[in-house]
Amino acid sequence: MSNSSTSSRSALSQQWQEFWFYYSTNKTAVAGLIFLFAVVFMAIFADIISPHEPAEQYRQFAKLPPAWMDGGQMQFFLGTDYAGRDMWSRIIHGSRLSLIAGSIVVILSLSIGVLLGLISGYIGGWLEALIMRVMDTIMAVPGLLLALVLVAVLGPGLLNAMIAIAITYTPSFVRLTRASTLAEMNRDYVVASKMTGASPIRLMFVSILPNCMAPIIVQGTLSFSTAILDTAALGFLGMGAQAPTPEWGTLIAENRDLILNAPWTVTFPGIAILLAVLAINLVGDGLRDALDPKLKRS
Amino acid sequence: MALLEIANLTVDFATATGSLRAVDGIDLEIDEGEIVAIVGESGSGKSVGMLALMGLLPWTSTVSADRMFFDGQDLLRMNNRERRKIIGKDISMIFQEPMTSLNPCLTVGYQITEVLSHHFGGKRRNYNDRAIELLKQVGIAAAESRLNSYPHQLSGGMCQRVMIAMMIACQPKLLIADEPTTALDVTIQAQILDLLIELQKIHRMALILITHDMSVVAETAERVVVLYAGQQVEQQNVRELFNKPRHPYSEALLNALPERAQGNLLNAIPGVVPGQTDRPQGCLFSPRCSYVKEICIQESPIAKDEILCHFPLKPSKSNKSIAIDMGSQ
Amino acid sequence: MLRFLINRLMLLVPVFFGVTLVSFGFIRVLPGDPVEVLAGERGVSAEKRVEILTNLGLDKPVWQQYLNYLNDVLHGDLGVSVKTNTPVLEEFFELFPATAELAICAIIFALIIGIPAGIIAALKRGTKIDQGIMGICLTGYSMPIFWWGLLLIILFSNTLNLTPVSGRLSFLFDIDPVTGFMLIDTLLSDEKGSFLNALHHLVLPMVVLGTIPLAVIARQTRSAMLEVLSEDYVRTARAKGLSTFRIVTIHALRNALITIVTVIGLQVATLLAGAILTETIFGWPGIGKWIIFSIFARDYYAVQGGLLLIAATIMIVNLIVDLLYGFINPRILHQKSK
Repeated sequence: MSNSSTSSRSALSQQWQEFWFYYSTNKTAVAGLIFLFAVVFMAIFADIISPHEPAEQYRQFAKLPPAWMDGGQMQFFLGTDYAGRDMWSRIIHGSRLSLIAGSIVVILSLSIGVLLGLISGYIGGWLEALIMRVMDTIMAVPGLLLALVLVAVLGPGLLNAMIAIAITYTPSFVRLTRASTLAEMNRDYVVASKMTGASPIRLMFVSILPNCMAPIIVQGTLSFSTAILDTAALGFLGMGAQAPTPEWGTLIAENRDLILNAPWTVTFPGIAILLAVLAINLVGDGLRDALDPKLKRS
Repeated sequence: MALLEIANLTVDFATATGSLRAVDGIDLEIDEGEIVAIVGESGSGKSVGMLALMGLLPWTSTVSADRMFFDGQDLLRMNNRERRKIIGKDISMIFQEPMTSLNPCLTVGYQITEVLSHHFGGKRRNYNDRAIELLKQVGIAAAESRLNSYPHQLSGGMCQRVMIAMMIACQPKLLIADEPTTALDVTIQAQILDLLIELQKIHRMALILITHDMSVVAETAERVVVLYAGQQVEQQNVRELFNKPRHPYSEALLNALPERAQGNLLNAIPGVVPGQTDRPQGCLFSPRCSYVKEICIQESPIAKDEILCHFPLKPSKSNKSIAIDMGSQ
Repeated sequence: MLRFLINRLMLLVPVFFGVTLVSFGFIRVLPGDPVEVLAGERGVSAEKRVEILTNLGLDKPVWQQYLNYLNDVLHGDLGVSVKTNTPVLEEFFELFPATAELAICAIIFALIIGIPAGIIAALKRGTKIDQGIMGICLTGYSMPIFWWGLLLIILFSNTLNLTPVSGRLSFLFDIDPVTGFMLIDTLLSDEKGSFLNALHHLVLPMVVLGTIPLAVIARQTRSAMLEVLSEDYVRTARAKGLSTFRIVTIHALRNALITIVTVIGLQVATLLAGAILTETIFGWPGIGKWIIFSIFARDYYAVQGGLLLIAATIMIVNLIVDLLYGFINPRILHQKSK
């Protein structure tokens, strides 16, 4: 018995090594990963890193430009907003919110989506038809609009925004998992497992699911980045995180009137969003290239 | 001067795991109207060499040679525009999978007239009659109506005939046929081969036939080049090769033919062709050679008289089998 | 071909009913007294209360309410906007051309730049050009488009004074809304310079809305082209000595187009979602801006109707794209019904 567990452990580490071998050949993907770690670090240690409190208002220093421009000061590196709050500190704290939002959205939509996908692919019949029609309905409405309507129902706020966005992402996971499940169902090892009397749950989670993981992981990563964008969009429209929460989209919204006089208050939060999403997309692309055997460069 | 002169042709591919040498020093000279067969297993580099000639290799490849001349023109140093004037017109190539080698979105007539109008100018329409004539020549019935067919409406054998028609349309001096019958039914194979020979005679084309099937070689070629793992191991007149192969690999290949089986067992060659990572230090065939000596494992052989072996088989050896009927030869 | 079309239509029916369920249900799920909610919190007069009650039919069982709602919808009655007192359907169709014009221009922009960019990237695979184009695309769909719009406004409108900040047309012009499409209407009218002015107003929103579709289309074109270019029949075309241009446009593109058209279909939903943000930033009077303002103004009939209509629009456009797909793919076109 111990032999099989050590061999399965070494098989796993061998898979991991092979995966890392392919992943590391993609330099931009590695760069994205490093940047992502930096953002996570920033989010975790936000309280320690940021020079000021994000909510602290320095009225006399309101609308200060960034340090390298005329009138800027080093202590407010990226300038201040209309209420005199340090932009850099607010952006650092905002990273926490974006990462949490992205994580919760992906966890929710992935777990529910994969479960529904497995069930509909495995069981089939009217249950599958019902689930797929519901998913089609969700997909018929553009994601942002549906999220807005849901938030209108649930009330504005970051948590509700996350739930709403998660609902709009669920159909893609359901479709993906269902397609993979259907493809795997016909494979001999599944038929063999069935014949030896394996229970449906065991079949679904132990036999079928591991083989569908690659596209799910890739979709999960891309959903993470889109979730950050959508959370920011809702924040920008005033339906997500509410001011004075320093969510990046909300930051842009509350400084929108300053676009003429203090454009940096709008520019920098957007750059933060862009860089974070870019890093995650690079990682996602790298994952896709490393995990998809067809794309393995010959 | 020979129609085609190749000396020391080498092709390398850049891969994620390092450089792969697919073709290692091929020499070949062909005169007008000659038929030469290139024989080898999968991975022997037989197709790659000819694709390099035509300039059809992907961007990851590096082609080098001492000489690569066609009809007096230097193929190696030619730029793309000049090469495009020759291929399809003076040198043509037909491929192994006829069904996927024709564009599914274009009609048969379009694809044939296209090559004519490209090389000889003018509108495609003007060449419709010539296309019909070509289709008849390759043995397609109801040629006029076939002009408007799509590839997915044709059988494998017919697709291959269309491809042949397309590639001889400009009356090339050299036709390269890359395993033209491998993907087809056995009954069709013979028809296509006969067609190729017939066309070769009529148009006085040089023909290079790439194949792994020794019986095809016996029926069609005058000369044979045997490749192993990208290297040229033997080049001979066909009759002599079948009677007295000089390289152990050629002998093993012939012995592996079903006709030469002893009892119920086929004489398979033990081992596998070396890939990128397990290339032997000495002779590439040494792990599988039944005549292997110490020096074969240590040093790579140098070609003598077109045989790449430290100890070429003596001409008196290897008559332990039935000679293959040469047919009209 | 006909079979294909009918199949597609059949799939839409349950989805349509699903969406009606969502729009029906959404009002009833709102927190608070539905009557006050619908009246817009302005305090409800007794008559208004009765009117709304009968409209909602709150006394009847839910399934009957739904059927009544469905009946109304199929007859074109989507309620009346509380804010403007005009029927929702009418308001929608009044504002729809503005969004349609923006979306169509955005997708044309995305196609004109995206497809050639993808082709070039595929042909120059592995080179700096390929990496550069793909890098730009990656940046393109990693950006929040509302920020991108603001950035462009800062740059082109505020700093360089090159483009107007909002609206479809300078208020100096007076144009008859014949089609609702400003570009057409200005051409039809005899006001000099109005067409250019309309174009001028269109540029920035079009670029902003079209950025993400451009990035996606370029990427997809590149991968579709790479796949097609490695097909056997492209090798045959090369073996004929044909020029790269010809191979790309005639042999490869036709087959790659099949994938690309599918991608365009997927972009429709993105365009409409993006329109909400773009129209808000540029003050573009289309349905995107209308629906977000309706949500804020708690004009729930408008939201309900808008939801349904937008979903219906997407479904219709997807159907058209599917039709197009059927025409391009000869296997579907020549399909014999069994």
